Amino acid sequence: MSTNRGAIVVDKDRCKGCALCVLACSKGVISLAVRKVNVHGYPYVEPMNPDNCIGCASCAIVCPDGCIEVYRKIIDKEDEQ
Amino acid sequence: MTENDIISPENLVYKKPELMNDTPMHYCPGCSHGVVHKLIAEIIEEMGMEEKTVGVSPVGCAVFAYRYLDIDWQEAAHGRAPALATAIKRLWPDRLVFTYQGDGDLACIGTAETIHALNRGEHIAIIFINNAIYGMTGGQMAPTTLIGQKTSTCPYGRDPELHGYPLNITEIASTLRGTCYVSRQSVDTVGSILKAKKAIRKAFEASMKGLGSSLVEIVSTCNSGWKLSPAEANEWMREKMFKEYVKGDLKDTTNLK
Repeated sequence: MSTNRGAIVVDKDRCKGCALCVLACSKGVISLAVRKVNVHGYPYVEPMNPDNCIGCASCAIVCPDGCIEVYRKIIDKEDEQ
Repeated sequence: MTENDIISPENLVYKKPELMNDTPMHYCPGCSHGVVHKLIAEIIEEMGMEEKTVGVSPVGCAVFAYRYLDIDWQEAAHGRAPALATAIKRLWPDRLVFTYQGDGDLACIGTAETIHALNRGEHIAIIFINNAIYGMTGGQMAPTTLIGQKTSTCPYGRDPELHGYPLNITEIASTLRGTCYVSRQSVDTVGSILKAKKAIRKAFEASMKGLGSSLVEIVSTCNSGWKLSPAEANEWMREKMFKEYVKGDLKDTTNLK
């Protein structure tokens, strides 16, 4: 059986911390970085649970500033074990 | 399998469109403008019109749109974007010409230009960002402000006796004979963003085929002006704005997919 594994890369200096991606993610992958700000003084998001990512790109589509890059790979579960 | 195995160019699913440059955008966190900018960049790339597009930016929050998308731009006087777009399209019929306007620019000071350009059936596409408020100048009442909505110039809520009724310019546009495609969309969820993208694409294609003028209204949020968080603003929009501004195609005579 194959499954989707995804990964996201956040351009943290472009992020403004609106957290719309946090709501859009159905897998709870992203959340705001705790007590940290970027060069512009904005809070920013980080992939806190990267292993849950399935690469659906919902977070990147709703991101108003285009800060998120999404990667996806289809892998066989047997191979992983 | 580690994250580094997944993050490689052949597995890329989504990234910021090439046409959108790296200049940090001046919009407030969570503003709908950024999503619409991204959609326009994606559509122009998909249509292969990077070198043949002229955008007309308005006066309002989107006044700096020309700094973020690497296409040709003109900056119009307040409300006069459709008039400028008319001239550009008539002189350069092979160019994709669109205007990008907010509700203060399009539905207030530029009402005459908008209605006449649409009525003449100019082959341009108008993107209309409706957030029911003057966002850039500090959240004053706009013609599109909802009845009862509080703004800095109607702190007790909009009262029709005193301030008149909300102006539904998209509905007016759908009754004009010059328009071929009039649609109202939003960009609050993934599904609605994909629908909005389809609508803008159809408007651009209709303008290139010379079918008439098109208007795509994007019902948007202004979380700074509404004094809400980005997530609450989306919720407020779904609850209040969609009742007054019902989403969907109001007119479609294009026969395009």
